[in-house]
Amino acid sequence: MIALVDYGAGNLTSVRKALAAIGASVWTPSAPGELARADGIIVPGVGHFDATRGLTDEWRTAITAAVASGTPLLGICVGLQWLFEGSEEAPGVAGLGLLKGTCFTFTFPVNARQKVPHVGWNSLTMPRPSTLMAGIAPGTQVYFTHSYAAPVIDDTAAICDYGGAFSAAVERGNVSAVQFHPEKSGEAGLRILTNWLGA
Amino acid sequence: MLSKRIIACLDVRDGKVVKGVNFEGLRDAGDPAALARRYNVEGIDEVVILDVTATVEARQARAHTIAAVAREIFLPLAVGGGIHSEADAAAAIEAGADKVSLNTAALRQPELITRLAKRYGSQAVIVAIDAKRGATVAAPHKGGPYEQGPYERGPYNVFARSGQAATPRDAVEWAREATDRGAGEILLTSIDRDGTKSGFDCAMTAAVSDAVNIPVIASGGAGTFEHFAEVFREGHADAALAASIFHFNEKSVSELKAFLSKSGIPVRI
Repeated sequence: MIALVDYGAGNLTSVRKALAAIGASVWTPSAPGELARADGIIVPGVGHFDATRGLTDEWRTAITAAVASGTPLLGICVGLQWLFEGSEEAPGVAGLGLLKGTCFTFTFPVNARQKVPHVGWNSLTMPRPSTLMAGIAPGTQVYFTHSYAAPVIDDTAAICDYGGAFSAAVERGNVSAVQFHPEKSGEAGLRILTNWLGA
Repeated sequence: MLSKRIIACLDVRDGKVVKGVNFEGLRDAGDPAALARRYNVEGIDEVVILDVTATVEARQARAHTIAAVAREIFLPLAVGGGIHSEADAAAAIEAGADKVSLNTAALRQPELITRLAKRYGSQAVIVAIDAKRGATVAAPHKGGPYEQGPYERGPYNVFARSGQAATPRDAVEWAREATDRGAGEILLTSIDRDGTKSGFDCAMTAAVSDAVNIPVIASGGAGTFEHFAEVFREGHADAALAASIFHFNEKSVSELKAFLSKSGIPVRI
């Protein structure tokens, strides 16, 4: 069973639907203690980094312990950003710090006519092979909607470019995350979720 | 590079897809789930369900349609029409919508934009603007919130209630305010062009798109592939929405994208 962590950051319906479509059983744990029996943990997220305040110390401890015991973790969107040390979006809120770096917003030259948030389909490049992105061809497009992004680090498994390169996917051991929404990225998204489930 | 999005609009009434010309004379275009399935195969980037005659009693029927469409696609799904309250928005999102589109409700109570943005994030809140060029507004909707008219001719007059009720708003000014209040995208429909297949209103789209920092979806008037290229190039649109051009098998989404790609416009193939 996959634990889908609901910390009040919006809409989980489409994540549930996509996981059901690829045959995963999912539940939403009501207490952090339940994570000990999860076969995998998903930290979803839409909206603001500040919403990760809903991931209280109890949740953070339980997630960290599960990861240490080898349980696969997948962060989605703000769920990816939360695995880093923090974000310019909410300087007072600490990320989990499993990955090094701080999330930043997009910067464009004046009059570049580039919109923020970054909304829509954008293409991926893969700096190295990974389990998560297996079978995903360079140039594959996935659906993004976000105003902040994580830096490219050694653990980056996919890069996207919007006013500069950022981490579209990361993978380090059993810790994985995607900035895009695999549940809204058509066949490519379902393939990436399937890769994670199979890992 | 970020792709320009092609969005299919399903105008739904009583669970069926309908589409009219200038918002009137609706004709039947079929089953929403079946259409969504076809568009998904053809490579549509996003789907919008607009419940054109939604009422409070229709909320449950609408949820059924949303769920049926959501089952068919793993793409962003927006829902508009009849979203008048936080409860309406919650019901649509619970049924499988990723975004809700506010139109008349946002004009009546702009604070609803902010409330929904706080609850679901700005990415979940589209403000839909129906506008008409230089409209002479003689008879505002009786009993509506704007009965103090008539209003002066503006460059782009905003209308509420599916184009039936004049408002004192200008599209550019209203798009700016909606953005400030927390909207994540603007869906801009030209009432003049809607259903006419004479092309998008590129000047109006550019005026709005250049005035805000959030994505603008152009709507109303798609008739040829060239119209889409124009609204991306000259209208500075981030996405383009169409209904009838796709529904009646006149043009396929995949052919449109191949055309745009050849024209140098970034799209998802």
